[in-house]
Amino acid sequence: MSSVEAIQLALILPFAGALLIALTGRWPNLRETVTLVIAAALTGVVWSIVPDIMAGGRPHLTVAQLFGDLSIAFTVEPLGMLFAALAATLWIVNSIYSIGYMRGNKESKQTRFYICFAIAIGAVMGVAFADNLLTLFLCYEILTISTYPLVAHKGDKPTIASARIYLGILLGTSIGLLLPAIIWTYLVAGTLTFTPGGILAGNIAGPAMGFMLLLFVLGIGKAAIMPVHRWLPAAMVAPTPVSALLHAVAVVKAGVFTVTKVIIYVFGVETLFAEPAGGWLLYAAAFTIIAASVVALRQQNLKRMLAYSTIGQLSYVIMAAAVLTPLSEIGAAVHIVAHAFGKITLFFAAGAIYTASKKTELHQLRGIGARMPWTMAAFTIGALSMIGVPPTGGFVSKWFILAGAFQSDNYVAIFTIILSTVLNAAYFLPIVFAAWFAKETGDSKPHGEAPFASVLALSLTALATLGFFFFNQGVLDLESQLVE
Amino acid sequence: MSLAAQLPALQIVVPLLTAPVLVLLRGANLAWAAATAASVMAFVIAVALTLEVQSVGVIVYEMGAWPAPFGIELRIDGLNALVLLVITGASALTLLCGRASLAGEIDPDRLALFYAAWLIALAGLAGIAVTGDAFNVFVFMEISSLATYIIIAAGPNRQALTATFKYLIMGTVGATFYLIGVGLVYMMTGTLNFADMEARIGEVTDQRPILVAAGFITVGLALKAAVFPLHVWLPNAYTHAPHIVTAFIAACSTKVAIYVLLRFDFVVFQGNLTGHAFQFASFLAPLALLGILIGSAVAMFEGHLKRLLAYSSVAQVGYILLGASFASKAGITAGVVHMFNHALAKGALFLAVAALAMRLSGLRLADIAGAGRTMPWTAAALALAGASLVGIPGTAGFISKWLLLSAALEQGPLGIVAVVVIVLSSLAAVIYMWRVIERLYFGTPAGNALSASEPPWMLVAGVWVAALANVYFGLMPGLPVGLSEAAAEELLRHLP
Repeated sequence: MSSVEAIQLALILPFAGALLIALTGRWPNLRETVTLVIAAALTGVVWSIVPDIMAGGRPHLTVAQLFGDLSIAFTVEPLGMLFAALAATLWIVNSIYSIGYMRGNKESKQTRFYICFAIAIGAVMGVAFADNLLTLFLCYEILTISTYPLVAHKGDKPTIASARIYLGILLGTSIGLLLPAIIWTYLVAGTLTFTPGGILAGNIAGPAMGFMLLLFVLGIGKAAIMPVHRWLPAAMVAPTPVSALLHAVAVVKAGVFTVTKVIIYVFGVETLFAEPAGGWLLYAAAFTIIAASVVALRQQNLKRMLAYSTIGQLSYVIMAAAVLTPLSEIGAAVHIVAHAFGKITLFFAAGAIYTASKKTELHQLRGIGARMPWTMAAFTIGALSMIGVPPTGGFVSKWFILAGAFQSDNYVAIFTIILSTVLNAAYFLPIVFAAWFAKETGDSKPHGEAPFASVLALSLTALATLGFFFFNQGVLDLESQLVE
Repeated sequence: MSLAAQLPALQIVVPLLTAPVLVLLRGANLAWAAATAASVMAFVIAVALTLEVQSVGVIVYEMGAWPAPFGIELRIDGLNALVLLVITGASALTLLCGRASLAGEIDPDRLALFYAAWLIALAGLAGIAVTGDAFNVFVFMEISSLATYIIIAAGPNRQALTATFKYLIMGTVGATFYLIGVGLVYMMTGTLNFADMEARIGEVTDQRPILVAAGFITVGLALKAAVFPLHVWLPNAYTHAPHIVTAFIAACSTKVAIYVLLRFDFVVFQGNLTGHAFQFASFLAPLALLGILIGSAVAMFEGHLKRLLAYSSVAQVGYILLGASFASKAGITAGVVHMFNHALAKGALFLAVAALAMRLSGLRLADIAGAGRTMPWTAAALALAGASLVGIPGTAGFISKWLLLSAALEQGPLGIVAVVVIVLSSLAAVIYMWRVIERLYFGTPAGNALSASEPPWMLVAGVWVAALANVYFGLMPGLPVGLSEAAAEELLRHLP
């Protein structure tokens, strides 16, 4: 199988899967088998492209030629490769988890859930492999729309109200800010194709460039930089597997991935570095990191706290990209992976706790470690990774971001990372401590672990969080191509 | 002469001559079959003409072999071809799949007459789109309008009568204004042929009557095209007409008026009348912007599905005019492309509405709640067409929005205002379409929405053909964009 065929397959498989899931919806066991098989097949296909990219290949596929030189086309480059491989692989784990969660909670409309999930993953593949801004925008919007039914899954009034905020912010920012930015780019640069070194150099400068960057960064609402972050806590009304894969990995990472890609391939790192008007991005990201951490400190609901933690961690990636040094760009890519493993583990744990005990608030978690040791062990590993303690994946990315910041003597970034680490510790460690060592409050019913499928999934991702500390050379090799 | 050379005339003759045959046929099903066959044939002719225009450029046909300034000339270029495709395509598709819906709404004894009126309307609209003669345009406009009043009023809904009356009065005022304008131009130049007018109008020494004519013609056609604030006839006419009729006229009737407006303004006036180019832009652009804003805003708060879509049409007419009022190649291309793409989106939406109406008790947003579960195919097609109306990438609506925004960004300060307005209106479109989709999928079904099933498969198939056309032309926009660029070049050729 050539890499181009692999791209085609990677784009078709999830949608074919959605169709198969729809057809087999009446037989839940068969339906879940289809999901797992498609997820496994997709992962195989995506990983089969990796050697080609490692060797410096850039397979390209044009699907449709629109007017002018605009096209719907796909090209795989290191950053997209990493993102696609991450999302596809975690889809398998998440599907295993979903089976446990959805059945354990006797959720309704499970077929629609799995269909939309498959479509969303297909859109993520499109975002990851997009060759130009137009294709990326197309897949970005499909991702927004296909995840709406997942967020609104419960279907009651408050859920729909939250889902409206979700859709309103994501569609509103993308149509209102991102699309004009893309068209503006096309008018000044004459192309939208992602090109190493950027396409805007010499075409736009000064405050106009700063303003364009603003349109892009706020327009990519999925990156959840403040003040367009409100949709992420709102999305927490979704079933936990959705929060875990989509709102900790696929959707939000599609946002920071797009921002990173715009910085590297549209503006160009050197062009942006030479332009003082683009400097505000670093401060905006730093502010988001600190503010989100402070808000997370004050949350009472576990999933909402995790959501604000995600907002902060996403801005790590943006800030790393905005530091604009080679090491920090690698750090941004690595953090996409490291945070994915850690945060999906945390969400899996939150969902497992809900499935087993229906507990959702932080104060209810006292002493739960004794009842759910596997889950809470995984939670602890995830929390340590968020703080950035070795031996977890979070340490690796923080290392690179800090190294990049020192490289350019960027004290704002250094200070932000240190402060954020303290804040992360301040809101994660008390939970972990209370779960293991505090006495359980009286009124809770006895319960054990969540269904096996869920525990298996969260153990796997917790292992991956630890494993990434030791085995990260592949990712580093791949992403060092970004800055060559 | 071979038959192929007669195609421009056949475009009008086929539906026009089939109409009296229908009156003789009488049987409802037979009449439907004949009307559909004539519409499909008209569509095939339009496709053939489009292919020919793509290869040779402009087709000129002399009626009765009389040369141009004396006889009537039919003249087809990229713009005409696109308008013809829209008109005949809409008629063919709506008739093909609309039989069951029409049979449910119209008295069976009158069905044959209804189809005859439909074909006359089609012949009139096609006639406007092929002729190169200003007075001929008026004749066909009257033919199509009178027939359109009949088919709008044909439904069981008694409110349709007052709606039609309103439309009749305003339409007649519009047509009369147009006729006054043409008369003044004829008085000063002695010709009715567009091309000939262009040549002679420059020789006129006293230009004041021509300026007055330009005013009359622009206002008259703006009335016909439902340009804000002359749109008041449109929401009622669309709402109370039989559903399939709404799908047909929403796809083409306002577009034909805009077509004539563009033709007249660019070919005859703009190049020859001092200051008219500025007049045109500074008159139409603000109206277009206001129409976009107000149409979208009203649609956001509208509770009836058909009225909601009708007000959205007011906004969409604004998009088309806005593009044209830039008077640049990019702008006109965007406007003309949007004529085509909006016809696709609105046609599909109103067909889906017709499908919903066949099974539900009403079309208020509360009535359609939960239909996404009982009528999944119809609802999905409606959602897809709605995405095109909003301008979600991958659909035809995105292409026109892209072109329009690019054209606006070339325009300087006015362009920035236009961009802001387009963006605001897109967001409004998200809101009003989302209200519909949310009701469809997340509303609790009540009344007969509980037991509703899919409408006849022909209708569902038709809705899906229209919805998928939105996706096809969103990914392969070569045909409409190519024709529109040719049209823009042809129109701009007449400017100094």
